[in-house]
Amino acid sequence: MANSEEQIRSLVFDALRAALERPVELSDDTNITEGLGLDSVAVMDFVMEIEDALDISIPLDRIAEVKTVGDLIATARDLKGNR
Amino acid sequence: MALFDKFAPLMRQFESLESTGYNPFNVSFDRVLSPTEGVIAGRRILLLGTNNYLGLTYDPDVIDAAVAATRSLGAGTTGSRVANGSYGGHRQLERHLADFYGRQHCMVFSTGYQANLGILSALAGKDDHLILDADSHASIYDGSRLGHAQVTRFRHNDPDDLDNRLRRLADTPGDKVIVVEGIYSMLGDTAPLREFVEVKRKWGAYLVVDEAHSLGVLGRTGRGLAEAAGVEDEVDFVVGTFSKSLGGIGGFCVSDMDGFDILRVASRPYMFTASLPPAVVAAVTEALNQLRHRPALRQQLMDNARRFHAGLGDLGFHVGPEASPVVSAIMPDPKTAFAFWTRLLEAGLYTNVSLPPATPKGLALLRSSVSAAHSRSQIDHALSLFADTGRELGLIPAEPVAQPEIRAAAQ
Repeated sequence: MANSEEQIRSLVFDALRAALERPVELSDDTNITEGLGLDSVAVMDFVMEIEDALDISIPLDRIAEVKTVGDLIATARDLKGNR
Repeated sequence: MALFDKFAPLMRQFESLESTGYNPFNVSFDRVLSPTEGVIAGRRILLLGTNNYLGLTYDPDVIDAAVAATRSLGAGTTGSRVANGSYGGHRQLERHLADFYGRQHCMVFSTGYQANLGILSALAGKDDHLILDADSHASIYDGSRLGHAQVTRFRHNDPDDLDNRLRRLADTPGDKVIVVEGIYSMLGDTAPLREFVEVKRKWGAYLVVDEAHSLGVLGRTGRGLAEAAGVEDEVDFVVGTFSKSLGGIGGFCVSDMDGFDILRVASRPYMFTASLPPAVVAAVTEALNQLRHRPALRQQLMDNARRFHAGLGDLGFHVGPEASPVVSAIMPDPKTAFAFWTRLLEAGLYTNVSLPPATPKGLALLRSSVSAAHSRSQIDHALSLFADTGRELGLIPAEPVAQPEIRAAAQ
């Protein structure tokens, strides 16, 4: 039942685009704060959407370690797998 | 310069504000004249952004207490209470606060910020969980980072979301500590505390309520939102500050939890900082006395809050959901917020600008705080300046959206 990496990636892309309210090119290497200009609170808000979609809890210290979209996918996958 | 390269974007924003000559984040008062008036750049200004809710900063008895304490006990304590000893006044203030709240224990901190740092970092250990309202004040976030607990956010004022997040953590070991605020400092809205208490009970969690902006404002005796909501027995820890209603500086935590005093030697922000000076302790002790014995101040404050909140709403401004001493007008963007703020200051009115990430949902806010010390004519004068400025900037209609008598009839 674990969501595949591809499903998680598409979830993250959708949530990011919704948070940005503008079309944007995304890849695993996209830097979430510096590349997309989201501030710390906006990042935490958008991560809430990922948490709800996957029914996981991503602690704030794990969010702080996330730099790129790929990091977030890996973290979400890790936490989903550990459940 | 390389060390500061990371601040380049922030520096650009700050410098562009400085270059206008009106930087809301770098205001300097020539003098403060009273709880409601000051002088900026040689001009007399009406103060509507100082969190001085009960106007006690110039109360003669509060000032006398501070002067007498300084004369007899000196200007400062020069040390921490743990390493260098408490003064009688520290303990007396703690007893008075515990008595006011009807609780067994109280700890006083040197700032409100440190109270959250000291309590949250010590309460939740490595294997515990802090569950924060998403709109929590920076001191709550920073206190969470200072400790070693896992930290989770829930959607602002959303008991169902809190319930959902506690469910996800149900199989994870460790205590769960929920942190909410009485009145939120950006939009002035209050927490649905009864509903939060139900969720807390369901999952066997602990509850911390930060009453920084609600002490002296809400509740029959001014203890805050927990008193107003009738759920004080279910609130395990109340945190608060002396720098708003009590007109000084410092913070506190009260609790009935057995063993509470061990935090005095476990909480680093309590241990490793100098204690409050005698003048502040004496002034806050007297201000608490005034808060307890002058309920008319609270009435006056809320009358002013309702008048200003309703007045802005009638003019067509987007304001927070309920009347409280914090009244924020939602601006379309930061640029408009700066322009609005500058025009108000030029017209003789001091307010605050609040921007993301300090604000929820990316909002740009023109934030006001009213005081019991404001006269009705000062509130009305502020409203007329908001009306003029709002119309000049095209933010509100030329005529009020609702006449006061229509609104009164609709209530």
